[in-house]
Amino acid sequence: MTNEELKTFISAHTPEVVFEETQYLNVIVPAEKLYRLAKNLRSADYDYLICVSGVDWKDHFIVAYHLQSRKTKHVFVLKAKITDGVNPSVDTVCDIWRTAELHEREVFDLFGIKFNNHPDLRRLFMDDTWGFPLRKDYVDDVTIVQL
Amino acid sequence: MNANEEIQDLVEAHEEDFVINIGPQHPSTHGVLHLKVKLQGETVLDVQPHLGYIHRSIEKMCEASTYRNFIYLTSRMDYLSAHMNNQACSMAVEKGMALEIPERTKVIRILMSELTRLASHTLWWGALGLDLGATTPFFIGFRDREEIMDIFEESCGARLTMNYNVPGGVMYDIHPNFQKRVHTFLINFKKHLPEYDTLLTGNIIFQNRMKGVGKISAEDAISYGCSGPVARGSGVSCDIRKWFPYDGYEGAQFNEILETDGDCFSRYMVRVREMYESVKIIEQYIDAIPEGDFQAKTKAVLKLPKGEFYSRVETARGELGVYIISDGSMKPYRIKFRSPNFSNLSALKHMATGGKIGDLVAIMATLDLVIPDIDR
Repeated sequence: MTNEELKTFISAHTPEVVFEETQYLNVIVPAEKLYRLAKNLRSADYDYLICVSGVDWKDHFIVAYHLQSRKTKHVFVLKAKITDGVNPSVDTVCDIWRTAELHEREVFDLFGIKFNNHPDLRRLFMDDTWGFPLRKDYVDDVTIVQL
Repeated sequence: MNANEEIQDLVEAHEEDFVINIGPQHPSTHGVLHLKVKLQGETVLDVQPHLGYIHRSIEKMCEASTYRNFIYLTSRMDYLSAHMNNQACSMAVEKGMALEIPERTKVIRILMSELTRLASHTLWWGALGLDLGATTPFFIGFRDREEIMDIFEESCGARLTMNYNVPGGVMYDIHPNFQKRVHTFLINFKKHLPEYDTLLTGNIIFQNRMKGVGKISAEDAISYGCSGPVARGSGVSCDIRKWFPYDGYEGAQFNEILETDGDCFSRYMVRVREMYESVKIIEQYIDAIPEGDFQAKTKAVLKLPKGEFYSRVETARGELGVYIISDGSMKPYRIKFRSPNFSNLSALKHMATGGKIGDLVAIMATLDLVIPDIDR
């Protein structure tokens, strides 16, 4: 599948998406539409979830899923846009790609983004009392060295 | 979970179930990994990894570093693939700056990568023997690794955390002795490689511990995001050097090693056969290092344009991804490392459940986990 084919495939059933082209094609979807789109993409042979990364853009959160189709070698980035800054949450995809279970726990640990229906959502590295270090408003003057 | 809750958890567990903690200071976990294992007799019912003992939040530290500085932090992730980690970061920065690196650099990077792969696999092979109760392999493995470390020391100035790659090339040119020493190493190593098979591969006790243990199917390996020798042991083709060639690998003559059984022995065989392939690549390039610059010209302060850059590299353990999000300033807005061990770890529960506790050690050994790479 090429970028153009993928665009037509996605727009056909999820018209809310926004496309952006950087190195890979970025598909930005509102968080509540993510799960259904992910399921469709899995049945369109996107069977390998490379990684899940969180990004804090101050006014919204992004959860980026790098996806690869092993059949066509096509790689693109699926991004869930979370506008709720107080209680950020998105549906889990760990029943679609099982590797997501650990990756989503990591994003929860570092960003405090909740994954609905996740089977075992606990902090991964830090204890429950710690803040969410990768959020941009997290300040730690003692341990973080500023160059 | 606090200590009281932990005890409560133990009490509440079913009478015949038994929970033991392996690690964080256990020789077979190769670092500070803590596994909570639920047992019924000797059969493993559940494995829960508890992480974070060596979490330094390298990703947060990177946000405070410049594009030249952050590369050195990544040597401390998978320290046995330090060179490849540095290379992945350099490649991501080069991608952002649209920088072409000289041909000489590409060949040097390939040679160093393959030597790192050999160093990593020999260490893994020795440690694997040790985990299963054989002491000799550890010394055999270290004998060959030592020679590679000396080569690194001469050219890079360091043995483990080489920090040899910089955006645009490598930090210094190779040492005048480099080619001569690599040739001597290759002669010795090729003589030694059959010993690896005599000591472990053909050993019937060893085979009984490995065959049919910790099985994972190709479909599950893909779903769990496995990469590197772990996935290739299940017959999943995933070598980034072949799939998405980088830094001159498109010209390298080697085979991607695939084994189809998906058990510990397959993963073992993948790594052993990979050593032969690495030797092949080094032999191809060692006498064909092109003349020229070892570094492209760059400014003292690097700035990346606004955007997102992703680079993928095949380390000794699988696929490393470096995801840089730049806001156009001197420092990265966000960096994410997709580390191979993190994804491979997620398959551990699937492999170990239903097996015996003794097999758990064999599975851990063939997963070849490096804990700082998981915790970051």
